[in-house]
Amino acid sequence: MDISQYLEIFIEESKEHLQSLNESLLELEKNTDNVELINEVFRVAHTLKGMAATMGYKRMQKLTHDMENVLSEIRNGTIKVEADLLDVLFQCLDALEQYVDQIVESGSEGDKDNQNIIDKLNMILDNDKKDDETNNKDSNKSNKEDNVKSNSAKKESLSDMDKRKHLNINFTDFERNAIIKAYEENYKVYGTTIYISEGCVLKSARAFIVFRTLEKLGQVIKSYPAVQDIEDEKFDTDFSTFIITKEEPSTIIKELTSIAEVTEVLTDEIKIEDEENTKIEKKEVNEKKVSKTTKKQPNNSTSKTTKPKTNRTVRVDIERLDTLMNLVSELIIIKNGLETIELKNTSHNFNEQIEYLERITTNLHDAVMKVRMVPIERVFNRFPRLIRDLSRKLNKNIELHMSGEETELDRTVIDEIGDPLVHLLRNAGDHGLETPDVRVKAGKDPVGIIDLRAYQDGNNVIIEVVDDGKGIDVNNIKNKAVSKGVLSREQADSMNDQEIIELLFKPSFSTAEKISDVSGRGVGLDVVKTKIEALGGDIEVKTEINRGSKFIIRLPLTLAIIQALMVNLGEEKYAIPLNTIQNIEDVLISDIKYIQNQEVINLRGRVIPIIRLHDKLDIPTEDKEKDSLTVVIVNKGEKQAGIVVDSLIGQQEIVIKTLGKYLTNIKLIAGATILGDGEVALILDVNSLV
Amino acid sequence: MEENNNQEVIQYIVAKIGHEQYGVNIQHVHNIERMLRITRVPKAPYYIKGVVNLRGDIIPVMSLRLKFRLDPDEYTNDTRIIIVKIDGNPMGFIVDEVKEVINLTEDNIEKIAKDSSDEKNIYVQGVGKIGKELVTLLNIDGLINTND
Repeated sequence: MDISQYLEIFIEESKEHLQSLNESLLELEKNTDNVELINEVFRVAHTLKGMAATMGYKRMQKLTHDMENVLSEIRNGTIKVEADLLDVLFQCLDALEQYVDQIVESGSEGDKDNQNIIDKLNMILDNDKKDDETNNKDSNKSNKEDNVKSNSAKKESLSDMDKRKHLNINFTDFERNAIIKAYEENYKVYGTTIYISEGCVLKSARAFIVFRTLEKLGQVIKSYPAVQDIEDEKFDTDFSTFIITKEEPSTIIKELTSIAEVTEVLTDEIKIEDEENTKIEKKEVNEKKVSKTTKKQPNNSTSKTTKPKTNRTVRVDIERLDTLMNLVSELIIIKNGLETIELKNTSHNFNEQIEYLERITTNLHDAVMKVRMVPIERVFNRFPRLIRDLSRKLNKNIELHMSGEETELDRTVIDEIGDPLVHLLRNAGDHGLETPDVRVKAGKDPVGIIDLRAYQDGNNVIIEVVDDGKGIDVNNIKNKAVSKGVLSREQADSMNDQEIIELLFKPSFSTAEKISDVSGRGVGLDVVKTKIEALGGDIEVKTEINRGSKFIIRLPLTLAIIQALMVNLGEEKYAIPLNTIQNIEDVLISDIKYIQNQEVINLRGRVIPIIRLHDKLDIPTEDKEKDSLTVVIVNKGEKQAGIVVDSLIGQQEIVIKTLGKYLTNIKLIAGATILGDGEVALILDVNSLV
Repeated sequence: MEENNNQEVIQYIVAKIGHEQYGVNIQHVHNIERMLRITRVPKAPYYIKGVVNLRGDIIPVMSLRLKFRLDPDEYTNDTRIIIVKIDGNPMGFIVDEVKEVINLTEDNIEKIAKDSSDEKNIYVQGVGKIGKELVTLLNIDGLINTND
């Protein structure tokens, strides 16, 4: 069978399962005797095992198999959930993630067999047996030899219990009712796990014969995996069935073992306690009262803590989306083209058409954008684990609060924003938060809090990473900058605190690793900044000594189509993104003042530096100075600047196109767009101008 | 052509820049365009004339004359932009004229010694001989990916 076509689905589903595993384990850590969570973890491990087996990933299969062994002991109550055990389970999760990553990269699971983790898992099982052993010793007071025997017997029975997989399968209400009815009518229900020899070539065919045989004996009400999956060979070497019959279990075993290549058949009678049943019935009644349309949930997996694990999503090939996006882009270009057509007698009809087209393009844009939007939850949901590990590693008590997980961002941004956030969170935990004893001395709660928030603000999405730690010591940075030769003492003294803090984002700062130990922050912050700016956003820091720091990331909602102000500069046309523009002013030449050789204007009490684009962009100018200048006031965070332009063309919806790989390092230009007449206009990167 | 049956034939597009002829491996060539309106890109390398709009795609355009430190381009009716793609990234080359397509085999190509210290050799793959004429075969990758 060619499995490569399923690879993508495998990867996607594995990731989903691993994510839910992650969530369940974190939850389990807080709530160690929640049976539902253990069941959930078990289910995921089991599913992963099946998937890995189907795809032929032997190592992954082995690991999940051994995980399952331990989990099933937990379920049986023989092993308690403890911190050490959770650590091992988390290691399993990491190992599985590594396998999946490896598969994503190379299509094969790699050759790491994670024997140490498997050994740990088996050790847990062994320890458990030792406990049993000591119990036996106490109660039986038997001699050592007996003990060894009983131990080995126990071992056998344990593995036997383990093999009786049908005991671990949950029923739906419907199935429960069927079983209860069967007993009422003097039938019996048997659960059977059937093992097929490893070398069996056509497992599904064997399974088919097994089902045929069972159907002769009674009625098969359930199987695990589902019949369809078994037919598709989506099982390992065993599967479980449940049959309603009047036959004896010995008959079933005899009939089934007579089939070639069936190696082992294990059967148990299945009974469902009436008490539980009545409970369920009551619950059903209640449910019906509330609403007739509510779906009955499988009663074993209902739980207060489990929320819907994964979103109902449509998997769309990103390339197709891009095509759709391009189509929209073209549509907008056409629209712009139509707008520039000068009709001698502008007919009413023509304007109507334009308006109609405009409405369509706007709607289409919206629709396409929505398809591309993904809740930021996708990025956030790996952070609880990160913080857990971090607090263990640093010996600090860290609590992570998250909000706004439902805030949506463009898919491309989602894919890119993870790394910078990981960086900021690590920074906050490592450098921002103090150790518990220091915190207590400072009169704070020993538990440090990191707040991760996302929310939408107009055309931007804001993500904040806030810690209540010690804050950034400006003087420290200043001293380090001077001693590193980044600044002279005079320069450093003339800068305000905010400017000093900005130094943290300078590459020269981050490469000097020693500084990070003292100043608190710095390693890689320039990388964070570069990444965020590449996404068209910006980052800002606010800090207060002893109160903590706040990193604010501002990202555009979409990367493809924006509103812009078109301006003339000499013979050239440029676009300024509208969301960076505050207002437009006519400034008299006489109102321009100089501060430290820099042109500034005093605008309603604010001193705003003036940027001459002609100089910045080497645009040839006519020398005649006008009496007044057209100044576009732009802002980047709280910083403002006035950009001098020759004249305004007007507001336009523009399609952002990149300048391509060969012109990536041109700082002042954020991209290009195509105007209605086919001409290319460049988009100014206000962030790098201000 | 007849005697070349056993050898791989490589096709080159021959373009004129000044008095010299240059060959571009046809495998890299995406299309050949008449002169398009170029938008200057500030702060770009000196040999990048700017970007053009090719049916909705923004493509940077390089002047081979400037890259080779010759006189600046004069656009005529014969001026063409050869659009090449390396690893999916497009780039346009301005040439004075596109003449023909030639077939060359290994025998017709004189390799340039790699250790030659002349910086220009990064851009040159070899020299092709076609009859009496000589064609400088361009190393597109070297042209695009070296900055000076």
